[in-house]
Amino acid sequence: MDILIFILRLIGIIVLSPIVGGLMAGIDRKISARMQGRTGPPILQPFYDVLKLMKKEGIEVNRLHRFYVYIALIFSVFTTAIVLMGGDILLAMFALTLGAIFFVLGGYAGNSSYSFLGTERELLQMMAYEPMVLITGAGFYYTSGSFFTKNIIDVSIPSIAYLPGVFAGMVFVLVFKLRKSPFDLSMSHHGGHQEIVSGISTEYSGKELAIIEITHWYESVFAFTIITMFFVTKNPWSYLFAALASILVYLFEILIDNCFARVKWQMALKSGWIVTGVLATLNLVILSLFR
Amino acid sequence: MNYNTKSPWIIHYDGTSCNGCDIEVLACLTPLYDVERFGVVNTGNPKHADIFLITGSVNEQNIPVVKQLYDSMPEPKVVVAVGICAATGGIFADCYNVSGGVDKVIPVDVYVPGCAARPEAIIDGVVKAIGILNERQNQLNERQNRR
Repeated sequence: MDILIFILRLIGIIVLSPIVGGLMAGIDRKISARMQGRTGPPILQPFYDVLKLMKKEGIEVNRLHRFYVYIALIFSVFTTAIVLMGGDILLAMFALTLGAIFFVLGGYAGNSSYSFLGTERELLQMMAYEPMVLITGAGFYYTSGSFFTKNIIDVSIPSIAYLPGVFAGMVFVLVFKLRKSPFDLSMSHHGGHQEIVSGISTEYSGKELAIIEITHWYESVFAFTIITMFFVTKNPWSYLFAALASILVYLFEILIDNCFARVKWQMALKSGWIVTGVLATLNLVILSLFR
Repeated sequence: MNYNTKSPWIIHYDGTSCNGCDIEVLACLTPLYDVERFGVVNTGNPKHADIFLITGSVNEQNIPVVKQLYDSMPEPKVVVAVGICAATGGIFADCYNVSGGVDKVIPVDVYVPGCAARPEAIIDGVVKAIGILNERQNQLNERQNRR
């Protein structure tokens, strides 16, 4: 019976995550449009885009080009499933990085100058946000004594009370992970941005481009699971509070996206490391003094 | 059901246009017309695009560019010639450097008249193009089913 519930939960997570991620992307486009004084596309627009791309011709640059995108998808599904099933957060973070690395390899396989440029920027972005992601894992270990998601949320005081600096740093690097301005250097992912001809995804078309989009939805869901983990406690009411906090964080990210221009990679890397070094590290140092 | 009617992505290329039509094309994206509410995105990447919007006539310099952009686009694809220059060469047709309308180089599906073409006319042209896109998608689906 336990194994049946396990499988049902797993299927539920794998099916529902992209639906939630796609709706998030749709709401993002709607709110962004309203901020710019436009009506904006329907909330379901990201699904229309993906369903259209699924039927389009896929142009193959070389044999490995497609393969990398599918591997990246598998790893992001794996990451999301681990975290939502209550598994090891460190394993999830490493799987996420591995998926991102395969995506980078796909960019290099593209064999075009725009694809290369985007891929190099993607690597720099990864350098900027990875330390913060790992420190978040360490921070959760400090508060709950475990790397397992199910133990991290099984506490009486929410983690945010101990980790405000880590939370602020996580909100900062979320801009990288959600591919939003000012840190959307590698593929200018959203809307009609045309810088470096959509960078890392330049050479992808049809079904593979749809897969890149779905991978992004899974990653968004993973990122917001981490955000909610800062607020969730033993108390069931905390889930409501965590959901509200996540919505606020998402609205904040959309506001940032619409207010700032894209920065150069030097600025992205420096600010990423300064925020990680100051906010997150200081938070952990102070926390270790009181233990 | 085909979803390309709900998500037509566009690539816009300026041939030898005087920029009049280009400004009108971009005006379609502004809050007044906001074509994104129909799912239209100006991608700037031929491999992501469904509709090729081309303004201005073609000349010897940009013929290879237009051909390459057209060939890079995945099937199904539609070409819309925006403005009188893209249709026939317009008042520049007799210039020694102008080869004529876009249809001298690639097959054009929709001609949008005007100098410069008005945003309403461009949107009308894109809507016509979406209909053709849908037909092509159906043909493509049939071909794939037969295989």
